[in-house]
Amino acid sequence: MKLTRIGAGLAAAIIGLAGMASAEEPEIKKLVIDGVEMTVAAPAPPYLENLDMIYSGWLFRSPETQALELDDFDNPGMVFVEQAQDMFSTPEGTAGKACADCHQLEDFKGLRTVLPRVEDDGKLWTMEDYINKCRTDRMGAKAWKYGGTELTSMVALIGLQSRGMPVNVKIDGPAKPYWEKGKEIFYTRVGQLDMACANCHEDNYGKMIRADRLSQGQINGFPTYRLKNGKLNSVHARFKGCMKNIRAQPYNVGGDEFKALELYIASRGNGLSVETPSVRN
Amino acid sequence: MKITGLTAVALVFGASVAMAEVVPPKEVKFTEDGAVETPVTTTPGNPANGRKVFAHRKKGNCLACHQNSDMKDLPFHGEIGPSLDGVGDRYSEAELRGIVVNAKKALNPDTIMPAFYKDWGFRRVLKKFQGKSILTAQEVEDVVAYLKTLKE
Repeated sequence: MKLTRIGAGLAAAIIGLAGMASAEEPEIKKLVIDGVEMTVAAPAPPYLENLDMIYSGWLFRSPETQALELDDFDNPGMVFVEQAQDMFSTPEGTAGKACADCHQLEDFKGLRTVLPRVEDDGKLWTMEDYINKCRTDRMGAKAWKYGGTELTSMVALIGLQSRGMPVNVKIDGPAKPYWEKGKEIFYTRVGQLDMACANCHEDNYGKMIRADRLSQGQINGFPTYRLKNGKLNSVHARFKGCMKNIRAQPYNVGGDEFKALELYIASRGNGLSVETPSVRN
Repeated sequence: MKITGLTAVALVFGASVAMAEVVPPKEVKFTEDGAVETPVTTTPGNPANGRKVFAHRKKGNCLACHQNSDMKDLPFHGEIGPSLDGVGDRYSEAELRGIVVNAKKALNPDTIMPAFYKDWGFRRVLKKFQGKSILTAQEVEDVVAYLKTLKE
């Protein structure tokens, strides 16, 4: 009898703690890069039932890490962007063409905001897919490794052209089934630690998990330069790292599951600015 | 008579040095209130080792989510779960064991807290952890013994 009461009281107390209420809102600061103010906090899109506000991961970082993103000269991710700029104008492949022979960088303004998206073939295309398709079909060059430095650097260079513009991926029409699949992955517990993305990045953002402050897991700043590994990190590489942390077998980098998850998580950031390339820990 | 007594002593001694009897994860019995009354191994828990398992990042890694004033020497205590100061006062040994074995049964099915003594029923577990629990039976008992020492 006594045990029962203790058990019930305990369960009630824990349930009270377990909801959204346990997440902690970050301190809102202004992020201005190169004279352009970023939207780092915005009302959550209506399809996010459990969030009122969405926040850039920048808000959850320490002042020291935040400072690295304020100026492109300080941003270590820009080194990779510059390398991509060189690659952009270097001919490669059997056609003897460079990206620059057909494209001007400015043409890509806005592209980052709408990717991934469903193409005419009914498939979900990421920025990486477009770049590699161009390389293999038009340049006669080899596809770059998905998640590798070259491809991720090029994704950052093209993403940078949309910096400051709001993320605006489509979730309806042909995108709907992909979005639903991504959402299911986001809320499904996996691994020996038996956790879903939502357990940390929806229920507990703003809190410390050991030495790291949990963010909402937004990807508006990707590819992101991580101080932890000293390189640009693709969205899928980050997903993979997260899954390994919870001792789950990651999905394939560049595979259908991660593409669907990328669309879903991108949609959770609809309204935040593209911040590419961001700096995180 | 003398021989019988010796035999008895030998038997008892033999039993205590023999393999500890372990309750496999699938056979752990929870009470209705989510407590586990029977230790999961017959070898009594060692609180000193439990303290190590508690802090170890690849074992309990309890500090990832919980604060613990007994470990002030270690930096970065997490904020996800409640502080464990005085947890030995708030819960009985059986309740602590239930929470460590499987908090989803002991506390709340939606908790983020992993089950530390469960080796089946997960999705997409990394190969090297398949069919394994995060902690061994002995580590569970050691952690429980350590948690019992956390008094206000």
